[in-house]
Amino acid sequence: MKLMKSAALAAAMALVAAGASADTLKIAVIDPFSGPFGPSGDAALKEWTFAADMINAKGGIVGQEIEVIGYDNKVNPKESLVQLQKALDKGARYIAQGNGSAVASALIDAISKHNKRNPGDEVMFLNYAAVDPSFTNDRCMFYHFRFDADADMKMAAVTDWIKDQDDIKSVYIIGQDYSFGKAVAASAVSDLEAKRPDIEIVGNELHPLGKVKDFTPYVQKIIASGADAMITGNWGADMVLLVKAAISSGFEGPILTYYGGSLGAAVAMGESAVGQVKAIVEGNTNLETTPEQNAYIEAFEAAYPDNNYYYHRIHNAMNMFKMAAEKAGSTTPKDVAFALEGLEYESPYGKITMRADNHQLLQPMFVSTFSDNVKRGVEDLPLGWVAGDEDRIEAEATALETTCNMERPAK
Amino acid sequence: METFVPSLLNGVIYGLLLFMLSSGLTLIFSMMGVLNFAHASFYMLGAYFAYTITQSTNFWFALILAPILAGLVGAGVEKWGLRKVHANGHVAELLFTFGLAYLIDEIVKIIWGRNAVNYRIPEALDFTIFRLYGSDYPAYRIFMLFVAISMLVALWFLLKKTRAGLIIQAALTHPHMVGHLGHNVPRIFMTVFGAGCALAGLAGVIGGNYLVTEPSMAVLMGPIVFVVVVVGGMGSLEGAFIASILLGLLQTLAISVDTTFGEIFGFLGLSGTSEVGSISIASLAPMIPFLMLVLILMIRPRGLMGDREF
Repeated sequence: MKLMKSAALAAAMALVAAGASADTLKIAVIDPFSGPFGPSGDAALKEWTFAADMINAKGGIVGQEIEVIGYDNKVNPKESLVQLQKALDKGARYIAQGNGSAVASALIDAISKHNKRNPGDEVMFLNYAAVDPSFTNDRCMFYHFRFDADADMKMAAVTDWIKDQDDIKSVYIIGQDYSFGKAVAASAVSDLEAKRPDIEIVGNELHPLGKVKDFTPYVQKIIASGADAMITGNWGADMVLLVKAAISSGFEGPILTYYGGSLGAAVAMGESAVGQVKAIVEGNTNLETTPEQNAYIEAFEAAYPDNNYYYHRIHNAMNMFKMAAEKAGSTTPKDVAFALEGLEYESPYGKITMRADNHQLLQPMFVSTFSDNVKRGVEDLPLGWVAGDEDRIEAEATALETTCNMERPAK
Repeated sequence: METFVPSLLNGVIYGLLLFMLSSGLTLIFSMMGVLNFAHASFYMLGAYFAYTITQSTNFWFALILAPILAGLVGAGVEKWGLRKVHANGHVAELLFTFGLAYLIDEIVKIIWGRNAVNYRIPEALDFTIFRLYGSDYPAYRIFMLFVAISMLVALWFLLKKTRAGLIIQAALTHPHMVGHLGHNVPRIFMTVFGAGCALAGLAGVIGGNYLVTEPSMAVLMGPIVFVVVVVGGMGSLEGAFIASILLGLLQTLAISVDTTFGEIFGFLGLSGTSEVGSISIASLAPMIPFLMLVLILMIRPRGLMGDREF
């Protein structure tokens, strides 16, 4: 009798669980929402939520409403796997993550294992910012799609810009000590060697991830080395504190960053960084664009007054996801993944394409400059990011060769 | 020279900040014989109080009020918490402060949120004071140096030159005798605990905007403060001072040394491209405090200036 009772209870609970997961299309965002990288993850979660709200307002995806759920992983790969399991148990089959390639690497392994063991119940990984190039090369996976340019593509853009700056004779590379920082440094060295062999690399340094509170000693070293420009892939607090120290210690050359637009950076940099700090991005809020996009940006900033529209790639990811699901007529990860391959989307800043061979998005990139002459400022300041026509790099020009040998499941 | 002089200055400032934190800890330790695990939490409280006060008034009020508030919280903790736990021995006290550290962490997260707050350097001090070998030197850092030195002098004067200092020193080593002479020993303990916490709070006020004010600042600072106290010698203010400056200097100077193991031990046949050979001194900077801790405990367990073994 007792056994019967518990069996019935279990069946009832399973029904409830199944009922809950059938209602909405869950996207689990596994990112840091606390600690030194909290602001980065939090800003991204808000943009995922907002993008989902906009789509839900127009009837959702194939009739299903999207639900975005955040899982705090504290940028820790082990913690991320715990959170992944929680998300899967809740019925999420779409995982979004961006902060930290170490985390993305752990997630790719775990998801690929899950997909092998559970045919018919696959999970898809929407990577919006983890840019270790290996994810779309040696380690490419059918269920992984990257909506941000990888570290090599960004470095190619940065070095293309440096190539034309004749007054830059020496460069200092500084980054975070983990796979991503190393990838940035390696591609900076090889790209500069190919494009400007006369440039001397006067420093190539890695610092511990998220541990340094005062970058002044590092900056002093950079200034003493006589570098004309600085290249950094830093993000989160590491980016803000590095630039803050560089500006207050009077570093005068251009600071080429991947993530200069991170939340909190503008306040820390202030007026003195104008014209000096550059960021390689897929869009900024001062670019010429469609009225719909301007309205979207304004609606986002009205909904979240503490944040600025920054992760345009999340907007792209959500819209391409919707297109793919509608093309496939299904929200099953396998169908969506096949539909995403080679998908083209007219984004507000030009046409973007999801490469079929390695699942890397090709999109126009912009070398944006921190400026005090802007229509739309960031963080309640009269300062923001601008890019002219000469700073635009076309989508096709960012494509690099891939070593990916994609294994596709049977349709 | 170009990197040496600024590094020296930065090292001294960082060292003085460490001393401000560890002086309270070492005083509390010599008095009660218990390590206060929650000490760095008072540093964090100081920074957050200062942030809240600057929101409605200005930095100068915060500089005075925030340490007082942190000190009052500390005194309250001693009076209503630690004193009761004291009867159950040192282990209970240790566990109490351990739990307190987590409690303060969580309370801070609930009140001020999980992310860094925008606690900034006052505008009056946000300028370049001089140029040093091509790099600007921010005025705020000199202000920190000034505050730290004033605190150092005041503390020295209070402990060594006043009657109150005399009683405190006596209470540290001979509490029963001091009690028999008619002094209220529990109140002395409470005052010293509060003052120690206020010093940590002051470090938070001037360190919070120089570094970052966020909920993990206590956890990050905590271990380093313990290193200072152990290296300097348990309960020795002089030792804590020497250890703080030494640590500050070592950590900042190490970052400016790019020499790799391969270059140093090249004569032993270690190649600069091998795994071990390619490690540079600069990349070891974050582990120097803990290396010092281990070495001191092995070679000189009572610390540089301490008179009792840990």
